[in-house]
Amino acid sequence: MFDASKWHMKALLLLMMGLFMSVSVYAMDASDAPDSITIDAIAQYYEPVEFDHAMHTELAEDCSVCHHHSTGNGTSDIYCSRCHSDYKELDRVSCQDCHSVDSFSAEAINRQGQQDLFHADMLGLKGAYHQNCLGCHQEMDGPVGCEDCHAKTDAGEKLFDSGKYAPEPSEGGGSHH
Amino acid sequence: MSKVSRRKFLAGSLAGGAAVVAAPAKKALAAGNFSGFPDGMGVLVDLTRCVGCRSCEAACNKEQNLPKPAVPFDDTSVFDLTFHHGTQKRRPDENAYTVVNRYEPEGMDKPTYRKMQCMHCNEPSCLTSCFVKAYTKTDEGAVVYDEHVCVGCRTCMVACPHNIPAYAYSKVINPVVKKCIFCYDTRVSQGKPPACVDICPAQVMTFGKRKDLLKLAKARIKRNPEKYQTEIYGEETVGGSAWMYISGAPLDEVGCDTSLPKEPIISNVKGFLGVVPMVLSIWPALFTGFHLLATKNKDHHDSHHAEGEE
Repeated sequence: MFDASKWHMKALLLLMMGLFMSVSVYAMDASDAPDSITIDAIAQYYEPVEFDHAMHTELAEDCSVCHHHSTGNGTSDIYCSRCHSDYKELDRVSCQDCHSVDSFSAEAINRQGQQDLFHADMLGLKGAYHQNCLGCHQEMDGPVGCEDCHAKTDAGEKLFDSGKYAPEPSEGGGSHH
Repeated sequence: MSKVSRRKFLAGSLAGGAAVVAAPAKKALAAGNFSGFPDGMGVLVDLTRCVGCRSCEAACNKEQNLPKPAVPFDDTSVFDLTFHHGTQKRRPDENAYTVVNRYEPEGMDKPTYRKMQCMHCNEPSCLTSCFVKAYTKTDEGAVVYDEHVCVGCRTCMVACPHNIPAYAYSKVINPVVKKCIFCYDTRVSQGKPPACVDICPAQVMTFGKRKDLLKLAKARIKRNPEKYQTEIYGEETVGGSAWMYISGAPLDEVGCDTSLPKEPIISNVKGFLGVVPMVLSIWPALFTGFHLLATKNKDHHDSHHAEGEE
Protein backbone atom coordinates (compact mmCIF):
# COMPACT_ATOMS: atom_id res chain seq x y z
CA MET A 1 0.00 0.00 0.00
CA PHE A 2 1.27 3.37 -0.96
CA ASP A 3 0.76 6.22 1.51
CA ALA A 4 0.98 9.41 -0.48
CA SER A 5 0.88 11.75 2.47
CA LYS A 6 3.78 9.95 4.25
CA TRP A 7 5.89 10.02 1.10
CA HIS A 8 5.26 13.71 0.74
CA MET A 9 6.30 14.37 4.33
CA LYS A 10 9.54 12.40 3.88
CA ALA A 11 10.38 14.21 0.65
CA LEU A 12 9.72 17.57 2.25
CA LEU A 13 11.94 16.73 5.24
CA LEU A 14 14.77 15.56 3.00
CA LEU A 15 14.48 18.65 0.84
CA MET A 16 14.56 20.93 3.89
CA MET A 17 17.57 19.13 5.34
CA GLY A 18 19.32 19.37 2.01
CA LEU A 19 18.61 23.06 1.73
CA PHE A 20 19.74 23.77 5.27
CA MET A 21 22.97 21.80 4.84
CA SER A 22 23.84 23.44 1.52
CA VAL A 23 23.32 26.90 3.00
CA SER A 24 25.47 26.19 6.04
CA VAL A 25 28.23 24.77 3.87
CA TYR A 26 28.03 27.67 1.43
CA ALA A 27 28.56 30.60 3.78
CA MET A 28 28.52 31.81 7.32
CA ASP A 29 25.30 33.69 7.84
CA ALA A 30 24.96 36.92 9.83
CA SER A 31 22.68 35.03 12.18
CA ASP A 32 25.53 32.61 12.97
CA ALA A 33 27.57 35.45 14.44
CA PRO A 34 27.25 36.46 18.07
CA ASP A 35 24.84 39.30 18.77
CA SER A 36 27.20 40.98 21.17
CA ILE A 37 30.99 40.81 21.52
CA THR A 38 33.03 41.98 24.49
CA ILE A 39 36.17 43.57 23.10
CA ASP A 40 38.63 43.33 25.98
CA ALA A 41 41.90 42.12 24.46
CA ILE A 42 43.53 45.54 24.75
CA ALA A 43 41.54 47.04 27.63
CA GLN A 44 43.92 48.84 29.96
CA TYR A 45 43.33 52.57 30.08
CA TYR A 46 39.74 52.14 28.88
CA GLU A 47 37.04 49.67 29.91
CA PRO A 48 36.20 46.82 27.52
CA VAL A 49 33.74 47.67 24.74
CA GLU A 50 30.40 45.87 24.58
CA PHE A 51 30.14 45.71 20.81
CA ASP A 52 26.58 45.33 19.48
CA HIS A 53 27.40 43.04 16.57
CA ALA A 54 23.75 42.46 15.64
CA MET A 55 23.09 46.19 15.27
CA HIS A 56 26.20 46.70 13.15
CA THR A 57 25.32 43.68 11.00
CA GLU A 58 22.03 45.36 10.17
CA LEU A 59 23.72 48.68 9.41
CA ALA A 60 26.47 47.29 7.21
CA GLU A 61 25.39 46.16 3.78
CA ASP A 62 27.67 43.15 3.87
CA CYS A 63 29.93 41.39 6.35
CA SER A 64 32.90 42.23 4.13
CA VAL A 65 32.53 45.94 5.00
CA CYS A 66 34.37 45.08 8.20
CA HIS A 67 35.61 41.55 7.62
CA HIS A 68 37.36 42.34 4.29
CA HIS A 69 37.71 39.07 2.38
CA SER A 70 37.34 36.62 5.25
CA THR A 71 33.54 36.38 5.27
CA GLY A 72 30.50 37.86 3.58
CA ASN A 73 30.33 38.28 -0.16
CA GLY A 74 34.03 38.95 -0.64
CA THR A 75 35.90 42.14 -1.18
CA SER A 76 35.09 44.83 -3.73
CA ASP A 77 38.46 46.57 -3.29
CA ILE A 78 40.40 46.20 -6.53
CA TYR A 79 43.72 45.83 -4.67
CA CYS A 80 42.40 43.05 -2.44
CA SER A 81 40.59 41.27 -5.25
CA ARG A 82 43.82 40.75 -7.17
CA CYS A 83 44.56 37.93 -4.77
CA HIS A 84 41.19 37.37 -3.10
CA SER A 85 38.84 37.39 -6.13
CA ASP A 86 38.49 33.65 -5.84
CA TYR A 87 36.43 34.16 -2.72
CA LYS A 88 36.25 31.54 -0.07
CA GLU A 89 35.09 31.67 3.48
CA LEU A 90 37.94 31.57 6.01
CA ASP A 91 37.83 29.40 9.11
CA ARG A 92 38.71 32.21 11.45
CA VAL A 93 37.06 35.58 10.99
CA SER A 94 37.58 37.51 14.22
CA CYS A 95 39.69 40.71 14.04
CA GLN A 96 42.51 39.41 16.21
CA ASP A 97 42.97 36.30 14.10
CA CYS A 98 44.88 38.55 11.68
CA HIS A 99 45.53 41.82 13.53
CA SER A 100 47.84 41.04 16.42
CA VAL A 101 47.54 42.62 19.86
CA ASP A 102 51.27 43.42 19.82
CA SER A 103 51.42 45.83 16.88
CA PHE A 104 55.21 46.08 16.83
CA SER A 105 56.40 42.63 17.82
CA ALA A 106 59.69 41.43 16.33
CA GLU A 107 57.61 39.39 13.90
CA ALA A 108 55.55 42.41 12.81
CA ILE A 109 58.68 44.52 12.30
CA ASN A 110 60.26 41.70 10.32
CA ARG A 111 57.15 41.48 8.14
CA GLN A 112 57.51 45.16 7.18
CA GLY A 113 60.76 44.27 5.41
CA GLN A 114 59.24 41.49 3.32
CA GLN A 115 58.46 43.39 0.18
CA ASP A 116 56.97 40.41 -1.65
CA LEU A 117 54.32 40.23 1.04
CA PHE A 118 51.26 42.35 0.28
CA HIS A 119 50.29 42.53 3.95
CA ALA A 120 53.67 43.98 4.97
CA ASP A 121 51.83 47.08 6.19
CA MET A 122 49.38 45.23 8.46
CA LEU A 123 47.72 47.17 11.26
CA GLY A 124 47.84 45.93 14.83
CA LEU A 125 44.56 45.15 16.61
CA LYS A 126 44.18 48.56 18.27
CA GLY A 127 44.89 50.42 15.01
CA ALA A 128 42.57 48.13 13.06
CA TYR A 129 39.69 48.69 15.48
CA HIS A 130 40.04 52.44 15.60
CA GLN A 131 40.60 52.96 11.91
CA ASN A 132 37.74 50.69 10.92
CA CYS A 133 35.30 51.85 13.61
CA LEU A 134 36.23 55.53 13.80
CA GLY A 135 36.50 55.95 10.03
CA CYS A 136 32.95 54.63 9.59
CA HIS A 137 31.61 56.50 12.63
CA GLN A 138 32.88 59.76 11.15
CA GLU A 139 31.14 59.04 7.87
CA MET A 140 27.92 57.74 9.40
CA ASP A 141 27.77 60.35 12.19
CA GLY A 142 28.31 57.70 14.83
CA PRO A 143 29.93 58.46 18.19
CA VAL A 144 33.55 59.65 17.75
CA GLY A 145 34.65 60.72 21.24
CA CYS A 146 36.95 58.31 23.10
CA GLU A 147 34.56 57.87 26.00
CA ASP A 148 31.51 57.57 23.78
CA CYS A 149 32.52 53.94 23.22
CA HIS A 150 34.61 53.09 26.28
CA ALA A 151 34.91 54.77 29.68
CA LYS A 152 38.35 55.50 31.09
CA THR A 153 39.59 53.17 33.79
CA ASP A 154 41.37 54.44 36.89
CA ALA A 155 44.68 53.75 35.14
CA GLY A 156 43.41 55.77 32.19
CA GLU A 157 42.50 58.77 34.35
CA LYS A 158 45.94 58.60 35.94
CA LEU A 159 47.59 58.51 32.52
CA PHE A 160 45.63 61.48 31.21
CA ASP A 161 45.76 63.43 34.50
CA SER A 162 42.00 63.69 34.25
CA GLY A 163 38.97 62.91 36.43
CA LYS A 164 40.09 62.60 40.03
CA TYR A 165 43.74 63.08 38.99
CA ALA A 166 43.03 66.38 37.20
CA PRO A 167 45.49 69.14 38.08
CA GLU A 168 44.32 71.99 40.31
CA PRO A 169 44.15 75.30 38.44
CA SER A 170 47.22 76.51 40.33
CA GLU A 171 49.37 73.38 40.05
CA GLY A 172 50.98 71.77 37.03
CA GLY A 173 54.33 72.56 35.51
CA GLY A 174 53.39 72.36 31.85
CA SER A 175 53.86 75.78 30.32
CA HIS A 176 52.70 74.62 26.87
CA HIS A 177 55.05 76.69 24.87
CA MET B 1 123.95 72.25 -4.72
CA SER B 2 122.55 73.79 -7.87
CA LYS B 3 119.67 76.27 -7.99
CA VAL B 4 117.71 73.92 -10.25
CA SER B 5 117.57 71.13 -7.73
CA ARG B 6 116.30 73.48 -5.07
CA ARG B 7 113.59 74.74 -7.42
CA LYS B 8 112.62 71.15 -8.17
CA PHE B 9 112.41 70.44 -4.46
CA LEU B 10 110.19 73.45 -3.88
CA ALA B 11 107.91 72.53 -6.77
CA GLY B 12 107.71 68.97 -5.48
CA SER B 13 106.88 70.06 -1.97
CA LEU B 14 104.14 72.36 -3.27
CA ALA B 15 102.62 69.59 -5.35
CA GLY B 16 102.76 67.28 -2.35
CA GLY B 17 101.14 69.91 -0.19
CA ALA B 18 98.37 70.40 -2.73
CA ALA B 19 97.72 66.66 -2.81
CA VAL B 20 97.40 66.61 0.97
CA VAL B 21 95.04 69.58 0.80
CA ALA B 22 92.84 67.89 -1.80
CA ALA B 23 92.63 64.48 -0.10
CA PRO B 24 90.92 65.34 3.19
CA ALA B 25 88.62 67.87 1.57
CA LYS B 26 87.34 65.21 -0.83
CA LYS B 27 86.90 62.73 1.99
CA ALA B 28 84.97 65.25 4.07
CA LEU B 29 82.53 65.90 1.24
CA ALA B 30 81.98 62.20 0.65
CA ALA B 31 81.06 61.77 4.33
CA GLY B 32 78.10 64.12 3.75
CA ASN B 33 76.15 61.25 2.20
CA PHE B 34 75.57 59.32 5.44
CA SER B 35 71.96 58.20 5.34
CA GLY B 36 71.61 56.54 8.71
CA PHE B 37 72.73 53.22 10.16
CA PRO B 38 71.62 50.23 8.05
CA ASP B 39 69.36 48.77 10.73
CA GLY B 40 68.44 52.10 12.29
CA MET B 41 64.87 52.25 13.50
CA GLY B 42 62.38 54.97 12.67
CA VAL B 43 58.77 56.02 12.90
CA LEU B 44 56.44 56.80 10.03
CA VAL B 45 53.74 59.29 11.04
CA ASP B 46 50.62 59.16 8.86
CA LEU B 47 48.81 62.46 9.44
CA THR B 48 45.68 61.23 7.66
CA ARG B 49 45.06 58.93 10.63
CA CYS B 50 45.49 61.32 13.57
CA VAL B 51 42.33 62.47 15.38
CA GLY B 52 44.07 64.67 17.95
CA CYS B 53 43.34 62.64 21.10
CA ARG B 54 46.67 63.63 22.74
CA SER B 55 47.27 60.12 24.10
CA CYS B 56 50.87 60.37 22.84
CA GLU B 57 51.44 63.44 24.99
CA ALA B 58 50.07 61.65 28.06
CA ALA B 59 52.18 58.53 27.45
CA CYS B 60 55.34 60.61 26.91
CA ASN B 61 54.71 62.52 30.13
CA LYS B 62 54.49 59.31 32.18
CA GLU B 63 57.32 57.44 30.41
CA GLN B 64 59.77 60.31 30.84
CA ASN B 65 58.58 61.27 34.36
CA LEU B 66 57.75 64.81 33.29
CA PRO B 67 55.87 67.27 35.54
CA LYS B 68 52.10 67.18 35.89
CA PRO B 69 50.50 69.18 33.07
CA ALA B 70 48.59 72.44 33.58
CA VAL B 71 45.42 70.91 32.09
CA PRO B 72 44.44 67.22 31.66
CA PHE B 73 45.76 65.47 28.56
CA ASP B 74 42.22 64.85 27.30
CA ASP B 75 41.53 68.60 27.23
CA THR B 76 41.55 69.68 23.59
CA SER B 77 41.34 73.42 24.36
CA VAL B 78 45.16 73.48 24.14
CA PHE B 79 44.80 73.36 20.35
CA ASP B 80 43.54 76.95 20.50
CA LEU B 81 46.68 78.20 22.26
CA THR B 82 49.01 80.42 20.25
CA PHE B 83 52.12 82.36 21.16
CA HIS B 84 54.06 85.34 19.90
CA HIS B 85 50.94 87.24 18.80
CA GLY B 86 49.34 84.22 17.19
CA THR B 87 52.26 83.39 14.94
CA GLN B 88 53.35 80.23 16.72
CA LYS B 89 51.58 77.09 17.86
CA ARG B 90 52.65 74.94 20.80
CA ARG B 91 56.20 73.63 20.75
CA PRO B 92 57.93 70.89 22.74
CA ASP B 93 59.59 72.21 25.87
CA GLU B 94 61.31 71.00 29.04
CA ASN B 95 57.94 69.74 30.39
CA ALA B 96 56.64 68.11 27.21
CA TYR B 97 58.90 66.35 24.72
CA THR B 98 56.05 65.97 22.25
CA VAL B 99 53.02 68.16 21.49
CA VAL B 100 50.09 67.82 19.10
CA ASN B 101 48.89 70.84 17.14
CA ARG B 102 45.75 71.32 15.08
CA TYR B 103 45.90 72.78 11.58
CA GLU B 104 43.07 73.75 9.27
CA PRO B 105 44.49 73.44 5.75
CA GLU B 106 42.61 75.16 2.97
CA GLY B 107 40.14 73.04 1.05
CA MET B 108 40.12 70.19 3.58
CA ASP B 109 36.86 69.33 5.32
CA LYS B 110 38.62 68.02 8.43
CA PRO B 111 41.42 69.54 10.51
CA THR B 112 44.83 67.87 10.40
CA TYR B 113 46.59 67.14 13.67
CA ARG B 114 50.36 66.86 13.80
CA LYS B 115 52.43 65.54 16.63
CA MET B 116 55.89 67.03 16.82
CA GLN B 117 58.99 65.81 18.62
CA CYS B 118 62.67 65.32 17.85
CA MET B 119 63.03 64.01 14.28
CA HIS B 120 66.19 62.04 15.19
CA CYS B 121 68.12 63.18 12.12
CA ASN B 122 70.59 60.93 10.30
CA GLU B 123 73.17 63.70 10.57
CA PRO B 124 71.98 65.70 13.57
CA SER B 125 73.11 69.32 13.63
CA CYS B 126 72.64 69.41 17.41
CA LEU B 127 75.27 66.67 17.63
CA THR B 128 77.73 68.33 15.29
CA SER B 129 77.27 71.73 16.92
CA CYS B 130 77.88 70.45 20.46
CA PHE B 131 81.42 71.23 21.56
CA VAL B 132 81.33 69.00 24.63
CA LYS B 133 80.07 66.03 22.56
CA ALA B 134 77.00 65.56 24.75
CA TYR B 135 74.97 64.12 21.86
CA THR B 136 75.17 60.58 20.39
CA LYS B 137 73.44 59.07 17.38
CA THR B 138 72.88 55.45 18.44
CA ASP B 139 72.90 52.44 16.11
CA GLU B 140 69.13 52.19 16.67
CA GLY B 141 68.69 55.67 15.22
CA ALA B 142 67.99 57.64 18.40
CA VAL B 143 69.70 60.97 19.04
CA VAL B 144 70.38 60.93 22.77
CA TYR B 145 72.38 63.22 25.01
CA ASP B 146 74.32 63.07 28.24
CA GLU B 147 73.00 65.87 30.40
CA HIS B 148 75.90 65.46 32.83
CA VAL B 149 78.33 66.89 30.29
CA CYS B 150 75.93 69.54 28.92
CA VAL B 151 77.23 72.96 29.87
CA GLY B 152 74.04 74.75 28.85
CA CYS B 153 75.53 76.72 25.95
CA ARG B 154 72.35 76.18 23.89
CA THR B 155 74.23 76.01 20.58
CA CYS B 156 72.17 72.93 19.67
CA MET B 157 68.97 74.94 20.06
CA VAL B 158 70.25 77.36 17.43
CA ALA B 159 71.61 74.60 15.21
CA CYS B 160 68.45 72.42 15.12
CA PRO B 161 66.49 73.08 11.90
CA HIS B 162 63.32 71.72 13.55
CA ASN B 163 63.53 73.91 16.68
CA ILE B 164 63.37 70.91 19.00
CA PRO B 165 65.91 71.06 21.85
CA ALA B 166 64.42 73.06 24.71
CA TYR B 167 66.11 74.57 27.72
CA ALA B 168 65.21 73.95 31.35
CA TYR B 169 64.94 77.65 32.09
CA SER B 170 62.95 76.90 35.25
CA LYS B 171 65.88 75.01 36.84
CA VAL B 172 67.96 77.32 39.00
CA ILE B 173 70.73 74.80 39.58
CA ASN B 174 72.35 73.16 36.56
CA PRO B 175 69.84 73.92 33.80
CA VAL B 176 70.36 71.66 30.79
CA VAL B 177 68.92 71.09 27.36
CA LYS B 178 65.86 68.80 27.22
CA LYS B 179 64.38 66.91 24.28
CA CYS B 180 62.76 63.68 23.10
CA ILE B 181 65.21 60.76 23.24
CA PHE B 182 63.08 58.25 21.26
CA CYS B 183 62.46 56.50 24.63
CA TYR B 184 65.92 55.09 24.06
CA ASP B 185 66.79 53.98 27.60
CA THR B 186 63.50 52.32 28.44
CA ARG B 187 62.21 51.04 25.10
CA VAL B 188 63.96 51.47 21.76
CA SER B 189 67.26 50.01 22.98
CA GLN B 190 65.27 46.84 23.79
CA GLY B 191 63.52 46.73 20.42
CA LYS B 192 60.25 48.12 21.78
CA PRO B 193 58.43 51.07 20.19
CA PRO B 194 58.50 54.43 22.00
CA ALA B 195 55.66 55.15 24.44
CA CYS B 196 53.84 57.56 22.09
CA VAL B 197 53.79 54.98 19.29
CA ASP B 198 52.68 52.22 21.65
CA ILE B 199 49.69 54.11 23.04
CA CYS B 200 48.38 55.63 19.81
CA PRO B 201 44.85 54.23 19.31
CA ALA B 202 44.75 54.75 15.54
CA GLN B 203 48.28 53.54 14.77
CA VAL B 204 49.09 56.95 13.34
CA MET B 205 52.71 55.99 13.90
CA THR B 206 54.38 52.89 12.49
CA PHE B 207 57.57 51.77 14.20
CA GLY B 208 60.12 49.79 12.22
CA LYS B 209 63.41 49.88 10.36
CA ARG B 210 63.77 53.23 8.63
CA LYS B 211 64.55 51.66 5.28
CA ASP B 212 61.41 49.47 5.45
CA LEU B 213 59.23 52.38 6.58
CA LEU B 214 60.29 54.37 3.52
CA LYS B 215 59.01 51.53 1.32
CA LEU B 216 55.77 51.31 3.30
CA ALA B 217 55.28 55.07 2.99
CA LYS B 218 55.80 54.98 -0.77
CA ALA B 219 53.44 52.01 -1.09
CA ARG B 220 50.71 53.85 0.85
CA ILE B 221 51.08 56.93 -1.34
CA LYS B 222 51.13 54.86 -4.53
CA ARG B 223 48.02 52.94 -3.53
CA ASN B 224 46.10 56.10 -2.57
CA PRO B 225 47.50 58.94 -4.69
CA GLU B 226 44.40 61.09 -4.22
CA LYS B 227 44.62 60.77 -0.44
CA TYR B 228 48.30 61.63 0.07
CA GLN B 229 50.82 64.28 -0.89
CA THR B 230 53.74 62.77 -2.79
CA GLU B 231 56.46 64.10 -0.49
CA ILE B 232 57.70 62.27 2.58
CA TYR B 233 58.85 64.84 5.13
CA GLY B 234 62.06 63.53 6.66
CA GLU B 235 63.04 61.26 3.78
CA GLU B 236 65.63 63.70 2.55
CA THR B 237 64.94 66.80 4.66
CA VAL B 238 68.26 68.02 6.10
CA GLY B 239 69.88 64.69 5.26
CA GLY B 240 66.89 62.57 6.32
CA SER B 241 65.63 61.59 9.74
CA ALA B 242 64.43 58.55 11.66
CA TRP B 243 61.00 60.13 12.02
CA MET B 244 59.10 60.78 8.79
CA TYR B 245 55.70 62.23 7.98
CA ILE B 246 53.19 61.60 5.21
CA SER B 247 50.17 63.85 4.90
CA GLY B 248 46.95 64.46 3.07
CA ALA B 249 47.32 68.23 3.33
CA PRO B 250 50.28 70.10 1.83
CA LEU B 251 53.13 69.69 4.31
CA ASP B 252 53.81 73.42 4.63
CA GLU B 253 50.20 73.91 5.76
CA VAL B 254 50.55 71.51 8.67
CA GLY B 255 53.62 73.01 10.28
CA CYS B 256 56.38 71.22 8.34
CA ASP B 257 59.20 73.49 7.16
CA THR B 258 59.41 72.63 3.47
CA SER B 259 62.01 75.35 2.90
CA LEU B 260 64.67 73.21 4.58
CA PRO B 261 67.45 71.98 2.27
CA LYS B 262 68.05 68.33 1.40
CA GLU B 263 71.64 68.50 2.60
CA PRO B 264 72.36 68.07 6.29
CA ILE B 265 73.15 71.32 8.11
CA ILE B 266 76.75 70.19 8.65
CA SER B 267 77.30 70.27 4.86
CA ASN B 268 77.37 74.05 5.03
CA VAL B 269 80.61 73.98 7.02
CA LYS B 270 81.98 70.48 6.42
CA GLY B 271 84.27 71.50 3.55
CA PHE B 272 85.71 74.32 5.57
CA LEU B 273 86.00 72.39 8.83
CA GLY B 274 87.63 69.46 7.01
CA VAL B 275 90.48 71.76 6.01
CA VAL B 276 91.09 73.10 9.51
CA PRO B 277 93.12 70.14 10.87
CA MET B 278 95.15 70.10 7.68
CA VAL B 279 95.90 73.80 7.97
CA LEU B 280 96.89 73.38 11.59
CA SER B 281 99.17 70.36 11.00
CA ILE B 282 100.55 70.61 7.44
CA TRP B 283 101.00 74.34 7.09
CA PRO B 284 103.32 74.82 10.09
CA ALA B 285 105.55 71.98 8.88
CA LEU B 286 105.48 73.20 5.28
CA PHE B 287 106.24 76.80 6.04
CA THR B 288 108.84 75.91 8.66
CA GLY B 289 110.49 73.92 5.86
CA PHE B 290 110.39 76.92 3.54
CA HIS B 291 111.73 79.14 6.27
CA LEU B 292 114.57 76.75 7.08
CA LEU B 293 115.46 76.41 3.42
CA ALA B 294 115.44 80.17 2.97
CA THR B 295 117.50 80.89 6.06
CA LYS B 296 119.85 77.97 5.40
CA ASN B 297 120.63 79.42 2.00
CA LYS B 298 121.15 82.81 3.55
CA ASP B 299 123.48 81.44 6.24
CA HIS B 300 125.44 79.48 3.61
CA HIS B 301 125.73 82.58 1.46
CA ASP B 302 126.81 84.66 4.41
CA SER B 303 129.41 82.13 5.57
CA HIS B 304 130.69 81.69 2.00
CA HIS B 305 130.93 85.44 1.75
CA ALA B 306 132.74 85.51 5.06
CA GLU B 307 135.13 82.80 3.91
CA GLY B 308 135.80 84.84 0.80
CA GLU B 309 136.66 87.84 2.88
CA GLU B 310 139.07 85.94 5.05
